[in-house]
Amino acid sequence: MLRVCWKGANAAARNCLCGKVPVHPLQHCRRYTSAGNSGSAAGKIVAASILTVGGGLGGTILYAKWDPKFRANVEKSVPYSDQLFEMALGPPPPPFIPMQKKPVKAEPLQISSVSEASKDSKQPKAKSKAKEKQPEPAPVDPKPAVEEAPALPPQTIEAEECHECASHEPAVKERPGEEVAARLAQQDKAEQDALAALSFNLEDTLGFSAKLTLQAIGAQEAALTAIGTHTHRLREAMDSEDPPDKKSAQWRELEDALSERTRAVDQAGQSLLQAKEQLEKLRVVINGAKESKIEAARPQILAAEENLHSMIVDLDKVVTKVQAAQTEAKIVSQYSELVNEAKVQFQKELSSITPEVQANWKGLTGKLSADDLNSLIAHAHRRIDQLNRELAEQRVREQIRIEAALEQQKHEHQRAVDSAVDKAIQHNHEQLRLEQEKKMQEVREVMEAEMRTQLRRQAAAHTDHLRDVLKVQEQELREEAQEALSSKMMEQETQHRRLAQEQLDSFTLDMNSAYARLKGMEEAIDSHVVAEEEARKAHQLWLSVEALNYTLKTAAADAPTEPLEGAVRTIKESCAENEFAQALATALPDESLTRGVYSEASLRARFYGVRRLARRVALIDETRNSLYQYFLSYLQSILLFEKEQEAPPTKLAAQDLDTFKLLAYATYSIERGDLELAAKFVNQLHGESRRVAQDWLKEARLTLETKQVVSLLSAYANAVGLGTTQAP
Amino acid sequence: MEDSGRKWDRCVSDSAVKTVLGLGVGALFSVLFFKRRSWPIAFGAGMGLGMAYSNCQHDFKSPYLLHGHMVKVTHTHTQS
Repeated sequence: MLRVCWKGANAAARNCLCGKVPVHPLQHCRRYTSAGNSGSAAGKIVAASILTVGGGLGGTILYAKWDPKFRANVEKSVPYSDQLFEMALGPPPPPFIPMQKKPVKAEPLQISSVSEASKDSKQPKAKSKAKEKQPEPAPVDPKPAVEEAPALPPQTIEAEECHECASHEPAVKERPGEEVAARLAQQDKAEQDALAALSFNLEDTLGFSAKLTLQAIGAQEAALTAIGTHTHRLREAMDSEDPPDKKSAQWRELEDALSERTRAVDQAGQSLLQAKEQLEKLRVVINGAKESKIEAARPQILAAEENLHSMIVDLDKVVTKVQAAQTEAKIVSQYSELVNEAKVQFQKELSSITPEVQANWKGLTGKLSADDLNSLIAHAHRRIDQLNRELAEQRVREQIRIEAALEQQKHEHQRAVDSAVDKAIQHNHEQLRLEQEKKMQEVREVMEAEMRTQLRRQAAAHTDHLRDVLKVQEQELREEAQEALSSKMMEQETQHRRLAQEQLDSFTLDMNSAYARLKGMEEAIDSHVVAEEEARKAHQLWLSVEALNYTLKTAAADAPTEPLEGAVRTIKESCAENEFAQALATALPDESLTRGVYSEASLRARFYGVRRLARRVALIDETRNSLYQYFLSYLQSILLFEKEQEAPPTKLAAQDLDTFKLLAYATYSIERGDLELAAKFVNQLHGESRRVAQDWLKEARLTLETKQVVSLLSAYANAVGLGTTQAP
Repeated sequence: MEDSGRKWDRCVSDSAVKTVLGLGVGALFSVLFFKRRSWPIAFGAGMGLGMAYSNCQHDFKSPYLLHGHMVKVTHTHTQS
């Protein structure tokens, strides 16, 4: 882009130079045409540069938006770009932090707390066997258990259960066992009374209803017989041809029979009504007894029901019989009526034809004349014809009527059949229900018996379990007691043993201590001797070290000390068997032994010269040391003003490795008497300065070494001396 | 430390000698061969100064000078 700009600028310049005016000198050209073209060219340049700069910025910002790492890089390298980015894009995206899983933890805690709470609530109720009951159904269970207790024959189990349930739920009203038993007894008694009353009532009503039913049945049967006799008599009267007085007697008998019949029928109806009423009452009583729900009365109720049913059935049968007889009687009476009517009709006709002839015409055969006979015969023939015609007509009508009657009969039959079917169904239904009840009763009894056996079995199992538990407990207790006894015994034994041992130990201790003291005394005497020897040796060592120190002090202003060889030899002789001192003595550098070392003061004096020189050649290092550099570094040393002495920092940073600074630090240290530190600083010099200071450094090192060794030796000698001196 | 001073002494003396000598030789040459022009004198003096400068520089650089050697590698082991 820069090249393009540059090219563009060049092109523009060239254009302006070699444009439309080639011949003119450059200056003119520039003056005349540059004013015109350069304005637009400059504008173009300015526009191009603005575009490029803007484009670059925009591109950078967009890319930074897309890539956060690039953004971080740019922010690091370019100073105020982070502000720009923040202005343009908003704050940088935060680094990814994993979410704490606290909310998830809260839930299991809650659940566990709930379960814990439920567990806690279960805890106080924890007892022996029947603890599978949940806390919630537990309040419900004891109540029906208590209510159903009367049904359970063995009262002990009831009492136990109630004890348990009473202790289970203090929320439920607590009834002690005795009260419960009393209540149960009360309930029992009340039940018994109710049962007795009920059964008495039942039997009473049953008896009464049976009586009435029997009465009704008897009445019905009497009515039946009466109807039968009446009908029979009537038929007889119809069919028989008796003389009139017998006839009248017959008719009278018939009337009697009829009256008898009506009476019997009425009576039968009345007794039937009564019986039905009683049966209804009986049914009501039975239902009442059923609702009272007393178990023991069930068979009685069942029997009563059966009786009721059979009575109803019998009654119905008899009633149907009576009804059938009645219909038959109706038919016969109708027939008799018809016959009577025909007879009367005939009599009327006959009397109309032969007015003189009176009622009984059979005895009149001699009195009648031939005319009368002929007319009678003609009338008879006419009558016969008429009758024949009527008969024929009747036959035809009979057919039709028979069909109609058949139809009617069919309907009636159907109705009768339906009603009979209904009744039969009802009776069957009733029968089945009774049978079902009976079966239920039987099954219930069987179940009761089985339940009793199971309960007995459970009781037996319970006693067995108790026995086992007691046995186990006995065992445990015995073991515990045994263990306690044995532990106590052991304790006593150990105590006794310990006391004995203590006595023995103390005696041994006394003996040992006495012996040790004796030994100690002997050793003390020996060590005394040894110590004396040591003290002498230490004294000698110390003396020789002092001699060495003294030789160090013999250094003149510029000359080294005397060679330390002699003193070192004496040291070596004086402490021939002391390894530490020997090692130290040999650690002295050879130069110091042969030539001696310079003193600190001389080194200090020398240092200033070294410093001056080092300053002068500060710029010279291994790579550039032409004479020009020498001149420059000399110039620098003259022109650079800085403190002569500067306190060195505790930590040496990279910028402190400048020659001048180092020399300042070294001067400071040397003025304060710290030759070691000064040597360290001088050691940090580079290049020519280092080379210049090299021999000074070497001398300083020698001095320092010797001094160190000597100080060690003296310290050692002092220590040994202190160790061996004895307080007076 | 002393040899720095000694070096400088040598340097100065050397440069003085060489400059003067150069000057002389230049003068000689100018008189003999170059028709008493001035440039050989300046030339000679400059040469002398330059030589002295170079010597001085070499002397100062001497502790740091590295002498490299080119070693020719012979291919004897490839034939076996």
